Amino acid sequence: MSRYGQTLEPWRWIGLPALGCLAATVALAAPFRVFGFGFPEPVFALAPAFAWAVIRPSLLGPVTLFVLGLFCDLFWGGPLGLWALSLIATYGLALGGRSLMAGQGGAVMAAWFLAACVLAFGVAYILAIILAHEQANLIAVAWQFLWTAALYPIVHWLTDRYEDADVRFR
Amino acid sequence: MAFRDSPFSQLKAPLTWTAAAVAVVVGFAALALVLTDRRGAGPYGAARSEFDEVVEPVASVLSAPAHWVSSFGDWTSGYLFAVHENRELKKQVMDLQRWRDAAIALKNLNLRYESLLKLRTEPPIPMVTARVVSDARGPFSEARLADAGAADGVKVGNPAMSEDGVVGRVVGVTAHASRILLLTDVQSRTPVLIDRTNARAILTGDGGPNPKLEFVRGFDPVKDGDMVLTSGDGGLYPRGLPVGVAARDIRGVWRVKLYSDRAAIDFVRILVFDDFSQTVSQADLAASASALPPLTKPEQDQLAAARTAALKPPAPPPSVTASTVRAATAAPPPAAPPAVGPTVRLESGSAPARPRPPKAKPKIPKGAFRPDEVLAQPLPADPPGGGA
Repeated sequence: MSRYGQTLEPWRWIGLPALGCLAATVALAAPFRVFGFGFPEPVFALAPAFAWAVIRPSLLGPVTLFVLGLFCDLFWGGPLGLWALSLIATYGLALGGRSLMAGQGGAVMAAWFLAACVLAFGVAYILAIILAHEQANLIAVAWQFLWTAALYPIVHWLTDRYEDADVRFR
Repeated sequence: MAFRDSPFSQLKAPLTWTAAAVAVVVGFAALALVLTDRRGAGPYGAARSEFDEVVEPVASVLSAPAHWVSSFGDWTSGYLFAVHENRELKKQVMDLQRWRDAAIALKNLNLRYESLLKLRTEPPIPMVTARVVSDARGPFSEARLADAGAADGVKVGNPAMSEDGVVGRVVGVTAHASRILLLTDVQSRTPVLIDRTNARAILTGDGGPNPKLEFVRGFDPVKDGDMVLTSGDGGLYPRGLPVGVAARDIRGVWRVKLYSDRAAIDFVRILVFDDFSQTVSQADLAASASALPPLTKPEQDQLAAARTAALKPPAPPPSVTASTVRAATAAPPPAAPPAVGPTVRLESGSAPARPRPPKAKPKIPKGAFRPDEVLAQPLPADPPGGGA
């Protein structure tokens, strides 16, 4: 906290959620299967990609998302840049609709997050077609989409926790 | 000089527009990375190698609890379903005993044929066992990181198998880790064959659990339940590794239920398989070709004559005239051959073949062991331990 009032350093509202996403991604990639069922694989980084744009526009946000996306691509062994581009597209959508989202309730915000997820997976789907000349299995895409959309409580918690945490954010 | 004292301290820029500009710049950077990335097709890349080398020990530690829980789950399910599994295994052992006898007989016969024909058989392939430390299961990337690398002899392109069947192939290697691209990955293409018909196809991953069979050749080459093996075409995989069973989906597309899906893939065997394309050096080939001595004049003449003879069309059959037909019809008919055996078609310039009497079939006592009969029977539905 600075001497001018309640301020929030970037490492708290950007750095810690980013580290949390990395940890969750690595933890859920464990080769675990019991009775034929393994861990789901949601794209955790989509939650901060949406929430950071809603909380406050920042120069660090897109750069951190780029790094997070590259980490996902390298860690999952996918095409380099695929999730980086998808996350930044999500950030762009949330940034563009930020004024429309101001003061809205939970249901509207959830709908916006759902739209952001659709955009992110749409970008990834099209890029996969371009790169592999093959359409990804829609059931598998829908399965990962559902698990990612289920991360909305994390988005809600992030925005609720940090939106008014700094006087400069108002 | 502090920033607040500099002339830039008065610079004001709208935060939203600045953030949007940064997003556009990094977006273009990401797009450039996507368009220039050649995962699995080109060199693995220093960034990926370094990343895998760093991540492997971390993921290995983090995956240890998952391995323990998986082992405990396997132990629990084995304990709970022991009686049922025992009954199933007894049935399968009885069935497999016939197959074992057939396999032994055919193996002996095969060895005799190989020695008679002086066939050059494939040498045994050494294997490296590795533990899987991370597992990507998304629709856009299906890959696993294993804890064996170049220090263990693993090379890019080596096939990886579980205890049930082919898992994928190695697309990246560091000193102590290797990245395995699964058969189900959207960029995976694997040449396979249908065991029953020997028809060739390409196994194409789409991010789902059952990859597609594409470019299937032949008339009605696939049926439900056909066994799919690697064909060895292109030299990526050795021929004959078990892949899965063919099945048609609701849209009528042929897919393969992978054998490797039957159990958790916590360990893989990486086949240190050196294909000709991996062992041969193109530079050495070019050097040896240029080192050949030039042909002498007689050798060149001989080569030209052989080439001319090869290109020359074959001599036409003798022309049939009216006199030859009359002579043939006037001659007494030849003695009727014994009515046995098939009609033999004569080739021009060869001696007329005499029809062969049919071979007397050896009498086989009832109940004797017949490998061909055993092999004609369908395989048992599932191997032991299936259904995971």
